[in-house]
Amino acid sequence: MAQTIDSASCEALIIGGSAGSLDVLLEIFPALRKDIRFPIVLVVHRKPSNESLLTDLLKSRTTLAVGEAEEKEFLAPGKVFIAPADYHMLIEEDRSISLDYSEKINYSRPSIDVTFQAAAEVFKEKLVCILLSGSNSDGVEGLKCVNSFGGKVVIQNPDTAIMPYMPQQAALNVVPNIILDSRDMADYINKLND
Amino acid sequence: MIDNEQVEILLNDVLENHGYDFLEYSPASIKRRIIRLYGLDNFVSFAEFRYTVKTDKQYFKRFLEEITVNVTEMFRDPSFYKSLRNDVLPVLGTYPFIRIWVAGCSTGEEAYSLAIVLKELNLLHKSLIYATDINPSVLEKAKKGMFPLSYLKQYSENYLQSGGLKDFSAYYTANYSLAKFDESLSSKMIFSTHNLVSDHSFNEFQLILCRNVLIYFDKGLQHKVFNLFDSSIEKLGYLALGSKESLEFWPKAREYKRVKMEKIWRKL
Repeated sequence: MAQTIDSASCEALIIGGSAGSLDVLLEIFPALRKDIRFPIVLVVHRKPSNESLLTDLLKSRTTLAVGEAEEKEFLAPGKVFIAPADYHMLIEEDRSISLDYSEKINYSRPSIDVTFQAAAEVFKEKLVCILLSGSNSDGVEGLKCVNSFGGKVVIQNPDTAIMPYMPQQAALNVVPNIILDSRDMADYINKLND
Repeated sequence: MIDNEQVEILLNDVLENHGYDFLEYSPASIKRRIIRLYGLDNFVSFAEFRYTVKTDKQYFKRFLEEITVNVTEMFRDPSFYKSLRNDVLPVLGTYPFIRIWVAGCSTGEEAYSLAIVLKELNLLHKSLIYATDINPSVLEKAKKGMFPLSYLKQYSENYLQSGGLKDFSAYYTANYSLAKFDESLSSKMIFSTHNLVSDHSFNEFQLILCRNVLIYFDKGLQHKVFNLFDSSIEKLGYLALGSKESLEFWPKAREYKRVKMEKIWRKL
């Protein structure tokens, strides 16, 4: 019951991941409901040269519309927006996307921190952010910010992560709303829709 | 933390006191740059930050350099340079004289990349590259043509992927931690400040490169800048944008034709 009340107010879901997160995404996506009512944003570290690989992989595993985020595009419900390789992705007050080619953060571009922080201010308590497997600490500062604006912080259980460092760092520095095993993620996301 | 209202106050000060207009920049990006600088320079209050930006001319130079994004690289997006080399520059080579504008050139990496391609196509001698930026201090760096040696491995890989024909190291001499690029390249460049927000067209060009500059502008300003470019491109000239930028929603876009898969358009 508690989750039903919470979840009615989810206006955006952002998932951040680095090394080892692709497996989790490929597990989550086929199990997502078709009628998701909020936009899903993915910020995943990867090499610039593999630009469309992630998009293609996910497209083949979900009926939701999946695409690389275009600058000035508006976040639309039920659509999956992938932060393009080698750009930071920000969310504007009017819920459009801004891209940014500034310095790497935590050796990363896109940086998970950047998107979490920008979205935290815009969506406040109606934001849900999930941090997955990874081997650096990108995302941790962003989750602190999400927390301070009242958004929900979800961390992958480090025991189920291929690279536990990133979720471990998050768990040490932020009080998460929930820590989830990778196999429970899809169910959690589906319930945000209720 | 600095809030949206404070950002607006600061940007209004900057316009009034220094004549630079950032009010039509994408709000989230410019705010992030401001917060970053505030943290980097250890200001203790917004009031102190505001006062310094407003009154300290020396500090304002730093503000301008840090608030704008000056990250760039040589031969970024090799497939783009390949298309310039194979599809665009050979066409311009049929003209007696080639005028190119690199708008928002930052520290010059793109201008030098372009000069290298022109040289290999044996067109550099009849080309002139106007490289402009809002920011005088990055232009000083661009004029010197010296880039950190540590980046050259990446640049050299980009160059080869873009269809480069030579040994990349032939274009520079290593000088301690810097690579100094051949002066025959910069001899065909003119560096000048130009503010895309407030300055007008200053010449007609056959090619304008403006890559990863417009992403920092809001839609209204993007369209103004497209109009500025439109009045600065000759008929059948080319406009090249960054890999995530597009002419698509600009009303006059129909008068331009996309060149293959790259973000290059030809004026019809």
